Amino acid sequence: MKSENLRKKILWLFIISVLAILLGISKGSVNISFSELLHIQNRPILYLRLSRIILAIVAGSGLAVAGTVLQAVLRNSLAEPYLLGTSSGAGLAAVLAIIIGLDKLYLPLAAFLGAILTVILVYNLARHGNKVSVQSLILAGVIVSIAFGAIMVFLISTSGNEALHGIMWWLWGSLQVYDLKLLLMVSITVIAGIMAIFTFSQDLNAISIGEEEAIHLGIKTETVKKILFFITSLITASLVCICGIIGFVGLIIPHIMRSVVGPNHKVLIPSTCLAAATFMVICDLLSRTLFSPLEIPIGVITAVIGTPIFIILLKSKQKVR
Amino acid sequence: MDALLKIGNLSGGYGKEFIIKDIFFEIKRGDFLGIIGPNGSGKSTLLRLMSRVLTPEKGKIALEEKDINNMDLKEFCRKVAFVPQDTLINFSFSVEEIVLMGRIPHLKRLQFETKTDFLIAQNALSLTDTLYLKEKDIDELSAGERQRVIIAKALTQEPILLLLDEPTSHLDIGHQIQILDLLRKLNREKNLTIVMVLHDLNLASEYCNRIILLNEGRIFKEGNPYEVLTYQNIETVYKTIVVVNKNPISLKPYVVLVSGEK
Repeated sequence: MKSENLRKKILWLFIISVLAILLGISKGSVNISFSELLHIQNRPILYLRLSRIILAIVAGSGLAVAGTVLQAVLRNSLAEPYLLGTSSGAGLAAVLAIIIGLDKLYLPLAAFLGAILTVILVYNLARHGNKVSVQSLILAGVIVSIAFGAIMVFLISTSGNEALHGIMWWLWGSLQVYDLKLLLMVSITVIAGIMAIFTFSQDLNAISIGEEEAIHLGIKTETVKKILFFITSLITASLVCICGIIGFVGLIIPHIMRSVVGPNHKVLIPSTCLAAATFMVICDLLSRTLFSPLEIPIGVITAVIGTPIFIILLKSKQKVR
Repeated sequence: MDALLKIGNLSGGYGKEFIIKDIFFEIKRGDFLGIIGPNGSGKSTLLRLMSRVLTPEKGKIALEEKDINNMDLKEFCRKVAFVPQDTLINFSFSVEEIVLMGRIPHLKRLQFETKTDFLIAQNALSLTDTLYLKEKDIDELSAGERQRVIIAKALTQEPILLLLDEPTSHLDIGHQIQILDLLRKLNREKNLTIVMVLHDLNLASEYCNRIILLNEGRIFKEGNPYEVLTYQNIETVYKTIVVVNKNPISLKPYVVLVSGEK
């Protein structure tokens, strides 16, 4: 009964995601009908929208899966993809790159390196010998993020560099695709990362009931943790360098899906991908069309839509208990 | 009788200071062994060394003549299962999902559970009287129900040795007896070897055929309940006055506490 119910839920999710994608393609700041859009002269618009939708799907599912993994491994429901310092590291590196006058072309690379180096710093701060405790990892992540954030704000406010205003989009995220090659590289990294994480579903189930419990089930917890931290950092760092920091998706979609399909990662990871992709496509659509031709940063939309959904969910759960 | 587990010159703990100091003993197949001792005597540490959560600093633990720390971890977990004091699970896994996790040591990465795995889980649930909870979420259960489910998960591993760390310390007397009766049944009917850390001396006396009394990381006394649970041993190790009587039904030693004030 339970599995049949589950199948229905996932089928529904799939149908909704296809509808959202079609809607995302057909609507935009330029108002043209779907049949016209397929016309050869309108190809550039079609490609533009398609590339945005691909980025929305990749970013949504990547962030949400990274969030799912960190929530399970850290057994902390507040964990989100940027917890290990990727966002502040990427932001700081980007600001530095602009200040020292690096070509705009290298900005994503700088952000990526900044994110990865920060994760390494956080990880080593939290490490005791060969082991990394969950509590110290969370603490180290929070402290490094605050410190780097402060340095970044200091640099922005003192430098007076005009180019730095462009950094705003980084802090609230954007799905604008400037570079198709970069989109391709990021997509491959994220998809490969998600597939690799999926092979750890069983380990994630065991670790989410406790680290020692997992050892008793034959899982080399410390090694698995290291691998999973590495993959999630790679996913978030690649995403940060192409679309900046998009909050909320990685925090709430895993929560929502856990209450819809349950905590078993064999089911949770694929359905989180579907739900997050759908959510992002819809958010992107709203950010493009609500105040068109103005575009609202995607992070604002995810927060505005995400918060009420989350509150409703929280309240309905409390009623049951 | 052949030894299932041999522990020789074992020392270990956390960091530099050894909590377990140069311990050796053997566990025979079919034993129901209790480990008792005051707080800080190293009971839990010993169990964590035996379950590979900790690696020994010195000495060796051999399961069926093989050094456990050289065994593949999954192979080890197909033979030895562990039940902790209490398992707090934040995620709403169903009881069936939790019990099926006991099959992880038997499965390869990405391999889905087969009918046999479901059947084994089903058997473990009915053995522990928890089949009716199958569809429930683990975080909805009472402490007693949850502990029986965790034991079912351990049984699903199909171990030959079951280690338990104070499995009844959070339970009322009714549930304590229920769990221990279940363990006795598994020990007698399935010939499952059991090693259990216990605080309650009278429960240890009642259920264990052998008892190890630990003191400051060393074995103070080892033997059957009559040999270990004497007032001299207990007063020396626990530094408190007791009277040892007989349980009128089982005739096993029964420890009565005496207040220091008169």
